[in-house]
Amino acid sequence: MSLLSVEKLSVNFPLRRGAFTAVDSVSFDLAAGETLGIVGESGSGKSVCVSSLMGLVPSPPANISGRAVFKGASLLDAPGETLRRIRGKEISMIFQDPMTSLNPYHRVVDQIAEPLRIHEGLTRKQARLRAVEAMASVGIPDAESRSRAWPHEFSGGMRQRVMIAMAMITRPALLIADEPTTALDVTVQRQILDLIKTLQREHGTAVLFISHDLAVVADVCEHLAVMRRGVMVEQGRSAEILRAPAHPYTRGLLSCHPALHEPGEPLRVMPELLDPPASEAP
Amino acid sequence: MIRFLFHRLVFQALPTLFVLAALSFLLVRLAPGSPFASERELPPQTLEALNRAYGLDQPMPVQFFRYIGGVLRGDFGPSLRMPGRTVSELILAKLPVSLELGFWSLLYAIFVGLTLGILAAVKPNGFGDYSAMTLALLGICIPAMVMGPVLALVFGLWLDWLPVMGWHTPADRILPVITLGSTYASYIARLARGGMLEELTRDYIRTARSKGLTEAGILVKNALRGGVQPVVSFLGPAAAGLLTGAFVVEQIFFIPGLGETIVNAALNRDQFVILGCVLLFGAFMVFFNTLVDVGLALLNPKIRMTAGRKAKHEG
Repeated sequence: MSLLSVEKLSVNFPLRRGAFTAVDSVSFDLAAGETLGIVGESGSGKSVCVSSLMGLVPSPPANISGRAVFKGASLLDAPGETLRRIRGKEISMIFQDPMTSLNPYHRVVDQIAEPLRIHEGLTRKQARLRAVEAMASVGIPDAESRSRAWPHEFSGGMRQRVMIAMAMITRPALLIADEPTTALDVTVQRQILDLIKTLQREHGTAVLFISHDLAVVADVCEHLAVMRRGVMVEQGRSAEILRAPAHPYTRGLLSCHPALHEPGEPLRVMPELLDPPASEAP
Repeated sequence: MIRFLFHRLVFQALPTLFVLAALSFLLVRLAPGSPFASERELPPQTLEALNRAYGLDQPMPVQFFRYIGGVLRGDFGPSLRMPGRTVSELILAKLPVSLELGFWSLLYAIFVGLTLGILAAVKPNGFGDYSAMTLALLGICIPAMVMGPVLALVFGLWLDWLPVMGWHTPADRILPVITLGSTYASYIARLARGGMLEELTRDYIRTARSKGLTEAGILVKNALRGGVQPVVSFLGPAAAGLLTGAFVVEQIFFIPGLGETIVNAALNRDQFVILGCVLLFGAFMVFFNTLVDVGLALLNPKIRMTAGRKAKHEG
């Protein structure tokens, strides 16, 4: 049985004239402990797709339709209370920009501990102890003394580790990682990816990993889905898609990757990036 | 923190007050008219004697530094209009009333302003938001000299619920406090709404939501601290303004506060009283703005660090 099953998920935003469809009838399944990567260009609807599962897309104005079932509970029409019990406990999320995702007014230890206080009713002291352990487990050196620090005293990579510690502290069944390495430099990217892979293996957490970078996704995820303009054009096992992409768009994406390129050849660019479709033009 | 306060006092507060005293001194002396002028012209000998008695025959710099010397010893000089009374006496007699009026008005403004502003920000562009902001706009637009009499007319004379003059019973406080505090409440409401709205769009609010916090928890634990910062900045000048006498409101409701003293002193060219009041206002301003800076530093760990570091570099 799958952990998360999404069927015909559509999200559209009403505009002054007509509507903009950010996610168009997307379906996928994710089994417990499985990893699924969603790739696509910027603006292809990846983030909106996963954010809407978490109830983070405000509706109204957005129209969200379709079905999303997590552990037998329907996510899209769940009452606030049910959704809150799932958010941060069963499904947790890390975001693209670790510089702004942490609250500058609270010490990191309290932010990491917060899900425990919300969902497991721990006292401040117990939660802090667990938070320090979590900091150590995501590779923050001197976790004990660093725990009293403020977010602005951490580098981007360390902040993303803090976010991961916070997301993993309740041992969620599903981790949604929305471009978690995009804002980081390449060496730190590597470390964060390895950390996510390690934690995923240790805890058997299912991961829904969003990225615009095929190489990153293929590295972390067994399964791959390619999104383009709100539509999921191809999905399957990563290895197979990389070896024999079925959809022309996937082939295009692959051929744009610098590592797969002949030296000396000009780097290819997706045509859409040069000539955006009329509906998205500002 | 002690270092920061010390620097504030020595390098900012004292020079500010000194410049303030010098400028006001100059302006008062440059203004035409004399404290001794009256309908009946004084004989020149009398005028000369008066000037000599108060040291006004000395060159201006001498007068000024004599005055500053006196202030440093706690002597703010005599009143030129009311013989035998000192400026300190005059101010201290009226200040408590103004302080009390200002204090209640400030509390009222903060409470009403924050409540309206936060409620407006929770559901922006909804009915509550529009109502609160319309109310705030009215509060800003209607001056005390209109709101005071209207309130007095409605609640005092027509409905006969509240007294409209004097400063004796607690009920006497209600109408003046509303009149004086409403403008400030309106500014606070608008600032709080703006601050909260900006804060609620932050990425860490999304993080908080993704952790499963309730909307109330998001508001109180994550948004409030950043959202009220514009309000806190505004409270410095607001507090100084409210506490040092509100001439119009005091006149409307017959409250024996400092406002009248200031205005009369200015009309009468009673220079030491004017200077005393100006210095008092300046001192309040400096004090409350320092308090605000301390408050902001307590609210925001990032400011706390840089403030501490700056003080260290300067020292």
